[in-house]
Amino acid sequence: MNIVVCVKYVPDATGDRKFESDNTVDREGVDGLLSELDEYAVEQSLQLKEKLGSDGGDSEVTVLTIGPAGAVDAIRKALQMGADKGVHVQDDAIAGSDAFATSLVLAEAVKKLPHDLVVCGMASTDGGMGVVPAMLSERLGLPGATLGSSIELDGQTLKIRRDGDTATVTVEATLPAVLSVTDQSGEARYPSFKGIMAAKKKPVETWSLADLGVDAGQVGLEASYTAVEETQARPPRTAGEIVKDEDGSGAKALVDFLVSKKFV
Amino acid sequence: MPARRLMPTPEAADLLQLVRDVSAKELLPAAADAEATERFPRESFRTLGRMGLLGLPYPEKVGGGEQPYEVYLQVLEELGSVWASVGVGVSVHALSCFALFTAGTEEQRQRWLPEMLGGELLGAYCLSEPHAGSDPAAMRTRAERDGDGYVLTGAKAWTTHGGQADFYTVMARTGDERGAISCFLVPADAEGLSSDAPERKMGLTGSSTTTMRFDGVRVGVDRRIGAEGQGLRLALAALDSGRLGIAAVATGLAQAALDHAVAYAKDRETFGRRIIDHQGLAFVLADMEAAVQSARATYLAAARLRDRGLPFATEASVAKLVCTDNAMKVTTDAVQVLGGYGYTRDFPVERFMREAKVMQIFEGTNQIQRMVIGRALDKGTSARIEADPA
Repeated sequence: MNIVVCVKYVPDATGDRKFESDNTVDREGVDGLLSELDEYAVEQSLQLKEKLGSDGGDSEVTVLTIGPAGAVDAIRKALQMGADKGVHVQDDAIAGSDAFATSLVLAEAVKKLPHDLVVCGMASTDGGMGVVPAMLSERLGLPGATLGSSIELDGQTLKIRRDGDTATVTVEATLPAVLSVTDQSGEARYPSFKGIMAAKKKPVETWSLADLGVDAGQVGLEASYTAVEETQARPPRTAGEIVKDEDGSGAKALVDFLVSKKFV
Repeated sequence: MPARRLMPTPEAADLLQLVRDVSAKELLPAAADAEATERFPRESFRTLGRMGLLGLPYPEKVGGGEQPYEVYLQVLEELGSVWASVGVGVSVHALSCFALFTAGTEEQRQRWLPEMLGGELLGAYCLSEPHAGSDPAAMRTRAERDGDGYVLTGAKAWTTHGGQADFYTVMARTGDERGAISCFLVPADAEGLSSDAPERKMGLTGSSTTTMRFDGVRVGVDRRIGAEGQGLRLALAALDSGRLGIAAVATGLAQAALDHAVAYAKDRETFGRRIIDHQGLAFVLADMEAAVQSARATYLAAARLRDRGLPFATEASVAKLVCTDNAMKVTTDAVQVLGGYGYTRDFPVERFMREAKVMQIFEGTNQIQRMVIGRALDKGTSARIEADPA
């Protein structure tokens, strides 16, 4: 069983996040890490591999990422958690790609890898569009079981539970398939120190667009359907409003506040 | 801000990042409550153990992480900066494995070390007695030879993890001469072994400290570590390394106090300015930063000697003295920076101050450290200029 898990290297949300002059995210001047939402995808991939055990033949989890040189850190973290090998698609022409262009590069990379199951997180923690898994399944011509909060694999049948606002549905797909998992699917493990040491020896390949047969004109900011027009820094936090209940008017003041902010 | 660190390898850097992550997500949220309610965080030690963090300074072939002290101590410092009781606990655990690793037979090591270092078992170290702390050779706990075993009788004071540990590394008298002391590895479920109620301490209240009672505890000869009479030497050698652990934890504690003080000083305003903009306050913070950085440099200097197999006992005493005295100073100053708020239990700095105090006392009081350093000066310290053998 070959599992390909797609992960993204994102700016550390606890640090200062910046944009380049073309309004794309500055990915080189800031500390980055494996997107936390993708850690769930890695976790589910590893759990599937562990459940298959030796009965599933030689299961292998390959981590796939697209990004600048530093993005290899995201691969390394996944390898430390227990994935087997990594593929890093790195090409300057990719910078500024939107979800559509990104899904093209991912799809072409997945095609070059043996894959029974392609696993993604539910969204990135920077762009946050959450559409890449669906686009990927379309481009690969594979069934897409997205937004799974619990995942089961029975032979060639993938079964997930998707919790919606109004209903919970069960989605089944036959492998090969694309799966995306939510942050409800189970906490991601910490790497162990042995995992850190073992990751040193795991192979990571670097591919360019040429390796994938993708024309540079199909990706990047110019080829993207969507682009960020403008960014504004978040306004500084204000002191807030203190409601005092000296004359019994406190409850009404609270209700008025909640109504004015459209909370009720 | 956590400390800036220069690690010797990429793996060590990843290890420190991992420790920071697990500290922020698992330890920090639980620390204040566990300390306030005096609850021993056994599960936290399991989490760290499963991640391979309880055996870092020991070789891989016996289940350790094979990391130099330079790296291991910085892990302890990071742990100490979020939860001193856990940092001290990890250091004590490493201390309790030292005798078996150093003097155990190959069979003993293979039998017990992998589990001890693998993280499932937690260790404790029994040296001090109610009347014999700084002078351990005055101990009275006896191990009488009885057929193919020994019978241990006596009491051991100030046992970190007492009543919680899975095994106890115990020094006991096997003869009447002052130095006739041997080392034993006693399992927690040994018949006749019991623990008093935990001491009601000023700080490190999440960590259990008890007197352990040995009422005719029988152990086989195979649980004696090293030769008869070797125990005190082993115990003191373990303490040289243990002192470095305490130095590192104290430095982490000081860093945490500094971080809180700086954050507060950047936020709190008096006379229309942030208090960090008042020079009188900024200089206090600057001295705290200098104290933390010099503490770190001091324990790392000792660690690097140890890692290269060079004598380091005096430097370990200097590190223990400097790091814990600095931690006392920095945590006290942090309370001062926070003013009245610092004195309340709504902010953690008063707890840090209480925790710092014991670090000047345990694993050799700072007066004992000065005695060790004074003796070394009397003998003549090394003036050798050496090339790094590494």
